[in-house]
Amino acid sequence: MLLVSQLINGLQLGSIYALVALGYTMVYGIIKLLNFAHGEIIMVGGYIALFSLTLGNFHPVVAALLTVAGCTLLAVILEKLTYAPLRFAPRLSLLITAIGISILLQNVAQFFFDAAPRSFPASELFPVGTVMLGNVSVAYTSLVTIVLSIVSMISLTILVQRTKLGKAMRAVSEDTEAAQLMGVNVNNVITFTFAVGAALAGIGALLFVARFPQVTPTMGAMLGLKAFVAAVLGGIGSIPGAMVGGYAVGLIEVLAVYVGLSRWTDGLVFLVLIIVLLVRPTGIMGRKLMEKV
Amino acid sequence: MRDPKIPLIPERDHNKSPVLECVGLGIDFGGLTAVDDFNITISPTEICGLIGPNGAGKTTIFNLLTKVYNPTRGSIFLEGKNTKRYNTKDVNKEGIARTFQNIRLFKNLTVLENVLVGLHNEMDYRLFGSIFRLPSYWRSERIARERALELLSIFNMQDIAEHKAGSLPYGSQRRLEIVRALATNPSILLLDEPAAGMNPAETESLMEHIGQIRDTFQIAIFLIEHDMQLVMGVCEGVAVLNYGKLIAKGTPSEIQRDPRVIEAYLGTGGQADA
Amino acid sequence: MKEFRISMPMRYIINSLLLVAFIVAGHLITQSGLLGRAHNANIVSVGIFIILAVSLNLSTGYLGQLPLGHAGFMAIGAYAGAIFWRSGLLPSTASVPAGLLVAGLAAAVVGVIIGIPALRLKGDYLAIITLGFGEIIRVIINNLDSVTGGAGGLHGIPRHSNFLIVYLCVIICCIAIHMLMKSRHGRAILSIRENEIAAESCGINTTYYKVMAFAFSAFFAGIAGALFAGNIGLLVPGEFDFMTSINILMIVVLGGMGSMAGSVIAASILTSLPLFMAALNEYRMIIYALMLIIVMLFKPSGLLGTYDFSLSRLLEKLIRRRIAAKSKVKEGEA
Repeated sequence: MLLVSQLINGLQLGSIYALVALGYTMVYGIIKLLNFAHGEIIMVGGYIALFSLTLGNFHPVVAALLTVAGCTLLAVILEKLTYAPLRFAPRLSLLITAIGISILLQNVAQFFFDAAPRSFPASELFPVGTVMLGNVSVAYTSLVTIVLSIVSMISLTILVQRTKLGKAMRAVSEDTEAAQLMGVNVNNVITFTFAVGAALAGIGALLFVARFPQVTPTMGAMLGLKAFVAAVLGGIGSIPGAMVGGYAVGLIEVLAVYVGLSRWTDGLVFLVLIIVLLVRPTGIMGRKLMEKV
Repeated sequence: MRDPKIPLIPERDHNKSPVLECVGLGIDFGGLTAVDDFNITISPTEICGLIGPNGAGKTTIFNLLTKVYNPTRGSIFLEGKNTKRYNTKDVNKEGIARTFQNIRLFKNLTVLENVLVGLHNEMDYRLFGSIFRLPSYWRSERIARERALELLSIFNMQDIAEHKAGSLPYGSQRRLEIVRALATNPSILLLDEPAAGMNPAETESLMEHIGQIRDTFQIAIFLIEHDMQLVMGVCEGVAVLNYGKLIAKGTPSEIQRDPRVIEAYLGTGGQADA
Repeated sequence: MKEFRISMPMRYIINSLLLVAFIVAGHLITQSGLLGRAHNANIVSVGIFIILAVSLNLSTGYLGQLPLGHAGFMAIGAYAGAIFWRSGLLPSTASVPAGLLVAGLAAAVVGVIIGIPALRLKGDYLAIITLGFGEIIRVIINNLDSVTGGAGGLHGIPRHSNFLIVYLCVIICCIAIHMLMKSRHGRAILSIRENEIAAESCGINTTYYKVMAFAFSAFFAGIAGALFAGNIGLLVPGEFDFMTSINILMIVVLGGMGSMAGSVIAASILTSLPLFMAALNEYRMIIYALMLIIVMLFKPSGLLGTYDFSLSRLLEKLIRRRIAAKSKVKEGEA
């Protein structure tokens, strides 16, 4: 039974990784940028949620909406201020800028909110309690997390596959110049992609603090890194890939703890990543890309 | 009409074995056949043209020859050796050098350094020799430098040797790519649209240079070009590609009369404006 | 009139004399105790970061890849050197260079092992895979308690790193990389950065040169790691995390990717500034991060771009100017 509840635990963790990984994957798919600052968006989300509950005394739903809106707004501002001017710069500059933003956000948070962890009143956000599935007790938060991530993925898939905006996104990702010539407003599409990724990160932030109820300036770093591993593992640029990768990373971590390798979990996650990349360089569900000569 | 499979060999090469032979060469890109059943024989000092409408697969053939892509079918023989197991750098070492349709120079290096990269495998000192500046380093570098300047002088570029390659005008960049390719000491030189973007005067002088390069280096030249004046003026054999297939091969005058070529270029009605 | 040029042997003599003078002067000053212990340690620390930056610049600026695990190589060198020194295998005079060599080689070997698979992947994937390896190395060090002391750290490392040893390593590192880059091997490395497909078409074995540059880079990072261990006398795995790799990358980027002089200057400034201005420490990382972003937005080539300083060229310029002035005077007299 312990194994089953651990597996559910792993799925919960994996769902969070998956939500965050979706943000990495979408941005990479559209402008080929590894958005290193994505993890820090989650950290900012964590603080917004914390302060709107504790200082603002807002209703949990309002707090959640504020969190998602705040993350989205931050991502859009960052995109307009830093990534947009670099649209035609070498990819290395873009990547280094993203790393710069990540360090900046981390240290600004540390400067204002102090490095020490602040505990998060998770019980105010999500109902505490368990349900019995068969003879395994499952926490509400686990269920909510898993369901929410699946719903997010389905809506995202519909957005990308069925809507006009989704079509524009796919066009920009396929060939930016051609999309522009076809009348797609490339800048708006890119900004929108960042916004969607950040909104998912906002949801991810809420689910993360529900699972690990504390907020620190560096909380996004490792989470971001792992989610990023999940995105690469699943095949960066692929939406179902991000989900598969997220679940895989979550399960690997939980199972590593289960078999008594808790001190090796981080190493193990990266080891699996490296092995997958060497065997299938584009990840589990990634497309093979060929350079035009 | 001549069968495309029958090689066309200039008289002076009659009793020499060919430098390049392709047999049934083909490649598919995920179900789409880009090149199919491509056969060609190029003799050691032949200048051969490869023409065809846009998207016919001409550059793909160069990419197959240089192993940028691996063929799905068929074989390539370079001076009689099958290149099946070679990668891009091996193919170059064995004697194929090329230029690129979208110029690929080392833009932030100087003109001279670009040519010196081409001479890389002609130099013999080792890593140890370069770090400790052994006599082998100085000798080899001096010889290479002289050789590079000599090669640059073909196009009268020795005086701009210290300029950044990226700062050169378009035509000079194309010429520098040819020099860099020649530096690798090839037995066959592939030129991908060497005259693209050049003005008529430049094209004229390029034609002379192509002939002159063949004569001095005694190598074969295989070139893709849209400028018919250049192709017909300088080539001894011309191959025509359409939809990834060889539709004709012959002398320039034979090709100009070939109905299939005219059809490929002008369409069935023949009234379209070329 | 032929332009004035300083001959090659003369250049070597001038540069060697200057370097010897620098080392002797630095050694005497630091030995005299004029600066105090803390400043001496800072100067040593600057030297270590110069080596780290110059070595990373090889794979970032010259080879054009973005490895994010430089701290991992530093860690391997640090632990290899520290363990070697603590073992007391050799008498102390031979022990220092031997330990440095062991550290460098250990890092280089790991560099090759990582490099061969990693460098087959392009661009971003290389960044990811090196990042992953850096983290794995850290986790391993953290958990091999019996060898590395684990999270508690490795104590009692002989503190060999003085000015003389560190700056000799700095000079050796800079000269070796300079000599490498001004040779056919260096041009091959640059050609990969410029255009990999064209490089391959010129017969360059791109995998070989990538791994070579990577191994060189790792070798010197390993030496820097050992010097770091010998400076502090204590190692904890937390010193070698992702942020350390990023710190080194920041130095290289700000100095100008592809400029050794830029790496040296940026390493000197960025490492010594917070040491001299303690008040700045609180804002240090914020300022660095802002600088990084601003540089990328407005001058992506960094402080010096790919410009490299050459003393001989500077001398030549000055002498030419003198000659020109003199000939003008002569014309006037005539």
